[in-house]
Amino acid sequence: MADQVKVAARSRRGTFVPRATVMDADDVRRALVRIAHEILERNHGSGSLVVVGLQTGGVPLAEHLVALLADIDGADVPLGVLDVAFYRDDIGLRPVLAEEVTRIPVELSGRVVVLVDDVLFTGRTVRAALDALADHGRARSVQLAVMVDRGHRELPIRPDYVGKNLPTRRDEVVEVGAAGVRIGEVVALPGPEGAR
Amino acid sequence: MAEPVRPRRVLVRGGRVVEPSGPRRADVLVEDGTIVAVEATIAAPPGATVLDASGCVVGPGLVDLHTHLREPGREDAETVETGARAAALGGYTAVVAMPNTEPATDSAGAVRALQVLGARACVEVAIAGAITVGRAGERLAPFAEMAGLGVRLFTDDGRGVQHAGLMRRALEYARPLGIVLAEHCEDEELAAGGSMHEGAWSSRLGIPGQPAIAEEAMVERDIGLVRLTGAPLHLLHLSCARSVALVRAARAEGLPVTAEATPHHMSLTDAELAGYDPVFKVNPPLRPGADLAAVRAGVLDGTIDAVATDHAPHPPESKEEPFDLAPPGMTGLETAFAVAYGALCCDASTGVPPWLAGSDPAQRRASIAELFAAMSGAPARIAGLDVASGQGGALRPGARAHLCVVDLDARWTVDPAASASRSRNTPFAGRELVGRVRHTVCAGEPVVVDGKAVR
Amino acid sequence: MSRPGLLSVADLGRGGIVEVLHLADSFAEVSERAIPKVPALRGKTVATVFFEPSTRTRLSFEAAAKRLSADTMSFAAATSSVTKGESLRDTVETVDALGVDVMVVRHASSGAPAQVARWVDACVVNAGDGQHEHPTQALLDCFTLREALAARAGSPPADDLAGVRIAIVGDVRHSRVARSCVLAFGALGARVTLVGPATLMPPTTQGWGVEVRHDLDEVLPEIDVCYLLRLQSERLREALLPSLGEYSERFGLTRDRARRLDPDLLVMHPGPMIRGLEIASGVADSARSLVTRQVHNGVAVRMAVLFRLLAGGLPSEPTGAGPAADEASPAGSGQGGARHG
Repeated sequence: MADQVKVAARSRRGTFVPRATVMDADDVRRALVRIAHEILERNHGSGSLVVVGLQTGGVPLAEHLVALLADIDGADVPLGVLDVAFYRDDIGLRPVLAEEVTRIPVELSGRVVVLVDDVLFTGRTVRAALDALADHGRARSVQLAVMVDRGHRELPIRPDYVGKNLPTRRDEVVEVGAAGVRIGEVVALPGPEGAR
Repeated sequence: MAEPVRPRRVLVRGGRVVEPSGPRRADVLVEDGTIVAVEATIAAPPGATVLDASGCVVGPGLVDLHTHLREPGREDAETVETGARAAALGGYTAVVAMPNTEPATDSAGAVRALQVLGARACVEVAIAGAITVGRAGERLAPFAEMAGLGVRLFTDDGRGVQHAGLMRRALEYARPLGIVLAEHCEDEELAAGGSMHEGAWSSRLGIPGQPAIAEEAMVERDIGLVRLTGAPLHLLHLSCARSVALVRAARAEGLPVTAEATPHHMSLTDAELAGYDPVFKVNPPLRPGADLAAVRAGVLDGTIDAVATDHAPHPPESKEEPFDLAPPGMTGLETAFAVAYGALCCDASTGVPPWLAGSDPAQRRASIAELFAAMSGAPARIAGLDVASGQGGALRPGARAHLCVVDLDARWTVDPAASASRSRNTPFAGRELVGRVRHTVCAGEPVVVDGKAVR
Repeated sequence: MSRPGLLSVADLGRGGIVEVLHLADSFAEVSERAIPKVPALRGKTVATVFFEPSTRTRLSFEAAAKRLSADTMSFAAATSSVTKGESLRDTVETVDALGVDVMVVRHASSGAPAQVARWVDACVVNAGDGQHEHPTQALLDCFTLREALAARAGSPPADDLAGVRIAIVGDVRHSRVARSCVLAFGALGARVTLVGPATLMPPTTQGWGVEVRHDLDEVLPEIDVCYLLRLQSERLREALLPSLGEYSERFGLTRDRARRLDPDLLVMHPGPMIRGLEIASGVADSARSLVTRQVHNGVAVRMAVLFRLLAGGLPSEPTGAGPAADEASPAGSGQGGARHG
């Protein structure tokens, strides 16, 4: 939770001030259980699956999802972590730094990759993620699971599994954490140190 | 170049004339190159050129013992004409041209050629000759021949005379000729090609340094040779505390040793080198603060007789080489008075003149009269120009009219592009200085009026 | 005036160094892939401008740029107009005019990259200048050391070298590697000792936060890492040493000395090594030697430096390293609170 706030705050140069909770922790868990079932149903089991969480918000959700898949299907689905910093299309336009080292534990060729992220917004992160995945092999297919789809897409990208569709204004901020999903605003702090 | 047009009469009006007891309100009237009256109020005679000196001090024209005019050989860096104009703008009425030209000024012919050029310049240009042929440190140059043409100072400046035996013979040979040898003190073995002061900054910056001992060792050697030979010796651009102490002891002993220091060695430390800008590369190198303090103290107690510029112009491209390859040297004629005034007369930490709020009243500083003594009277004496052409004398009727009129309150920012020198390598670029030359009168001719060179 | 570059380790400060190490972790992963390349710096141009021959460093920078998908240009003085007398300024302004984003500069003169940075628009990275600094070497040394210590402890790499005792042995006076390493190791909390004959020590190390010793055998049992510097034979001509044999005897990691070493002592060398003089072959190739890892990690660390300059954009911690006119102390910034030894 604290991490999430920090990340949100750093990337937006301000402090996140929540206005309303739209999903509580139980809602998030129930949505994940549903998504796990949908993934198994759609792929006829977990045989060739790899779950890849996007740094940083998608990683805890991906971990949770892998645990649920194991509970439901008894399968040991490999879990990967993907940092898309080096594939972003806004390098040079705003500060970009890597969050964590990418870890893809298996060769992706022939596998079905389920990309997991917390919030789907413009689609640019997912676009970068698709490029990043391609450097790890030629997956049979790539599917996208997100906890919140908040709209405002700038690229032709569509999720396969959605926890909740949440209409938002562009300037609002959606935060997914251990406490659930909250919506609010980022308040800028005075001075450059506000970003820290 | 315009022909010198000397007005018959010049009246310097409204200033305070520099006196040992302090500046005294007086006008100065000049007729045919000679001061004819110094009185509280003088009415302008008909046809006189009137120079407004209100708010200024009026002192004797400055004399620089150490100017590199680069002609012949490096006219891209400076010429006698442009260097003299820069000197005039700095308040100088005489400069001594160093002999490290290409070829070196080491013969009567070379001296004569320079004297012809110097005669056309807007200030007096005295010629210094080399101690050794080609400044190579091997054979004595013809001192007597050059002395016969009026050359009074001899130096291999740019280098010291490395061989002690040769220097001893040079002093012995010079003594009966009534000339003065001037030494650039640098033991080249100890300096070992270093391009800055050896110390904490050189260690950090990875620039090979030359240690203070490279200067001190030669100062000590030469003082010993003066003791042996009895010949007078002038020590150029002293930069180290120990050098100053050695000269102080020699003077106490009664040895005929004189010394000079540059404005930059009183005002800039080796920390300036941190940005690797070759404009701050100079020889001797900029030293740490303790040496600066010792040099200032040396001027204040008279151990160091003269402030000299070591004006060393270099074309811009040569200062755009890597630090170790760039030639050493800084221009100085146009900033010398203000920098020396700041270093010697103003508060050492704040740069505030002593009569203004914010300056430490307990601090020992030079008076204006002492500053003029170090920048005019003493150097004129050392170069023999007091007798030869009336430089550096007190302003009284009958004296040659060499005048320097300075506004001590004027603040100005150094703009290298505005320099009259052909070169731009001033370390004070962009810095604010206090004290600006308003008029310079050389032998009765106003060569700088209202901060502008007349010709 | 150029954009911020990397002229000295002091430009980074501790925070900047840690940032580079973290980024290098990510790029080390990239380097392990079948296709070790990311599109991060597509459309950017990195020029290596070397006025001093160095194949290793130039290749390492070019590999780093290429793995970031940047375009590369290479300028080598030996094959260029420099030999025709073109000035340093004209040369680098010409390269700059071709439109480069980063200029990686190596020069035999201390401070040349700092001068270049005043003349060009590109970011300037110092790839070694005279006897001043070689910041990327020090960064890759930190990375390598941290990696080795983590592997030994079986834990993830730490963000510092707190308490690690490092001896830098040899010609510190003339070494740009040593100057950068002293700053970097010091910033990360290591305890640095300089070891060598007095003629090869800097005139003063006041403010460096290091200890200076002259007996390697006395120091070896007290350290965790022995960092050997290269000795150039011209030091003999300058009469700084009586003979290479005596140097090797006193300050080389000879086979004989190696037998008495603590089995855990790590050995580093920035290369190129002179086997038999600074280091015995057996030591250079032993498990304690990190020399190959140093070369290997160079690419990931240089990727991190290039990426951070062009994409990071976050201001690094102020270190007060600037050439401030009245700066009283050259103690080297970036060492905040340096110990005096």
